[in-house]
Amino acid sequence: MQKILFQIARTGIISEPASAADESLRRIPGRLNDEVLRLLGRALAIRHVDAGSCNGCELEIHATNNPYYNLEGLGIKFVASPRHADMLLVTGPVSRNMEEALRRTYEAMPEPKLVVAIGDCGCDGGIFGENYASCGRVANVIPVDVAVPGCPPEPNAIIQGILTAVSVARG
Amino acid sequence: MLEPLPGAAPVWRARCDPGQWLAACLAIATAGGRLGSLWASDERDTGKERAGALGGYSVHALMVTYDGLLWLDLPVSAQVAGYPDLSGIFPCARRMQRAAFDLVGLRALAPDGTPPDSRGWLRHGAWSAAIHPLRRDLALTEQLAPGDPRYAFVAVEGEGVHEIAVGPVHAGIIEPGHFRFSIVGERVLRLEQRLGYKHKGIEKRFESMSLLEGARLAGRVSGDSTVAYAWAYAMALEGMAGVRPGSRALRLRALLLERERIANHLGDLGFIGNDGGLAFGLAQFSRLKEDLLRSNAALFGHRYMMDRIVPGGVAVDLETAGRDRLLAEADSLEAELRTLRAIYYDHAGLQDRCINCGRLSPKTAAALGVVGLAARASGHAMDARVHPGFAPYDEFVPKLASHRNGDVAARIVVRFEEILESLQLERSLLQALPKGELQVTLAEPPPGACGVGWVEGWRGEVLVALQAGPAGRVRRCHPHDPSWQNWPALEHAVLGNIVPDFPLINKSFNLSYAGADL
Repeated sequence: MQKILFQIARTGIISEPASAADESLRRIPGRLNDEVLRLLGRALAIRHVDAGSCNGCELEIHATNNPYYNLEGLGIKFVASPRHADMLLVTGPVSRNMEEALRRTYEAMPEPKLVVAIGDCGCDGGIFGENYASCGRVANVIPVDVAVPGCPPEPNAIIQGILTAVSVARG
Repeated sequence: MLEPLPGAAPVWRARCDPGQWLAACLAIATAGGRLGSLWASDERDTGKERAGALGGYSVHALMVTYDGLLWLDLPVSAQVAGYPDLSGIFPCARRMQRAAFDLVGLRALAPDGTPPDSRGWLRHGAWSAAIHPLRRDLALTEQLAPGDPRYAFVAVEGEGVHEIAVGPVHAGIIEPGHFRFSIVGERVLRLEQRLGYKHKGIEKRFESMSLLEGARLAGRVSGDSTVAYAWAYAMALEGMAGVRPGSRALRLRALLLERERIANHLGDLGFIGNDGGLAFGLAQFSRLKEDLLRSNAALFGHRYMMDRIVPGGVAVDLETAGRDRLLAEADSLEAELRTLRAIYYDHAGLQDRCINCGRLSPKTAAALGVVGLAARASGHAMDARVHPGFAPYDEFVPKLASHRNGDVAARIVVRFEEILESLQLERSLLQALPKGELQVTLAEPPPGACGVGWVEGWRGEVLVALQAGPAGRVRRCHPHDPSWQNWPALEHAVLGNIVPDFPLINKSFNLSYAGADL
């Protein structure tokens, strides 16, 4: 126990400030009114669905919870059921074998059903594109509010995408 | 007739008939060899069928023997579309054979003429069982009508037996797959996995690309092993083109591969600690992993080093300042690791959760053909870096980490040992980086040329079998993930354990869904 406490003290708090929202990532503008967004604030529950990624995006989503990015420190946490989730974080081109599971997860969510697509594949199908086994981008299957490009997008970009979805649009 | 294939991996290729196919596999199994990979291809366009010769399709097996790889090529006529089942000799062949049927339509048949398992593997309900998408008369973007999505899991009956169905969407940041547990009380009586959810047509997509473009796709078969795949693909292509990258490029490749190993092992040690109830471990190890990823971004331009290994060499270089930074990082990481290792090894809670949990006995591991880290934690000293010892590992031979107990604790110990050994390799490589070219130019391989890549990634051996088409295009590419062999081993490792230990056991293997779903 002593060793653990000593190590914690030696590490200290290393969390960095989060990046600001970026309106250019938004695909569906003005879907939620400012009042709803203010109520939601940053107390956000996210359900992650990997709809067919190479698993690179999952590595970076995991990294958002490391002590440097400390996503949970912003009040944003990943939950185990879509019924508890305000937001769906979807990676990958949507494989046809995952199409129904993704739709059902989306349907199981309560409103406002925010969706953030992560990575080049989620944005436009990426290198896999559309083929006999792949539906391509996430927006081909469910409505997408915010799409974050990158292969994979870095943790800051993912956090930026999440914050954009719950920020009040300016201008 | 054994024909040696040029390239860094020792490979011999032989065409055989069904009798030789079985005899060769039996002989190799008896001599302690194993099945590396199995796949099929559509060769009807080569005209052999019209000539009346045996052929039309081929099924291919890569056998791992002590002398290297044996690539067996069994022509299969379009009328028969069946070949002798290997799963009686190599149980791990079963899922590969099911995938080969789904994609190409060749059926593995037992001596009584029936398939050992006729259920779809990669085919769920997205297309019908009569369609085989890797056949050359189907376009990549073909719109296939949905087929029957039903799937018959093996039912376990008896008093008090019930089922728990999990997935494909899991309760965490995890790839999709389905686990069907049959349970008595809290104990697992049987686990049946159903994978294939991430199948996104990678092999067909390869065939729409040039050989050079294919490198990028190979690096995205399983993102956590992007370096291993990029190297294996490059190795296959360089063999076909008859070139060998220079010493500096090869050593830089090894540097990247060891950094990929360290990063993944660090992440796994954190998550295993977390699943064992020690959240402190996750915080600490994910911090160390992030430090490493940031160095990668600063020195190599990408956190996971995607597309940094290219056919012909590498797309990165390292200056003196970068070298010094990595040497300093290795020292500080080693110190941190030793501190955390002492905490993990002394922690009563972790010991309680991990020792004797999820045991994969050496005997079962051998029977199932388990590879990589999981094999080493179950008493089998195999590692493609040591044997065959592809360059530059012939000059930088790693010390193998091995353990006999095959439990979660053994897989933790092997990871700690391997990180320390990788740091040692990193130091040796950094201190012996010769001047030289980073890339050599590749000549266009002749149509029909074949090459094989064989690289020990952090999870296990990654194999790539590549064939050139006309004009520098990919005719066929089969990337093989070690998870093909190791997923079935997880079904065995959980037997008799309690359900709440499954996440811990699963994490200790950390297998790839994407890599095996293709």
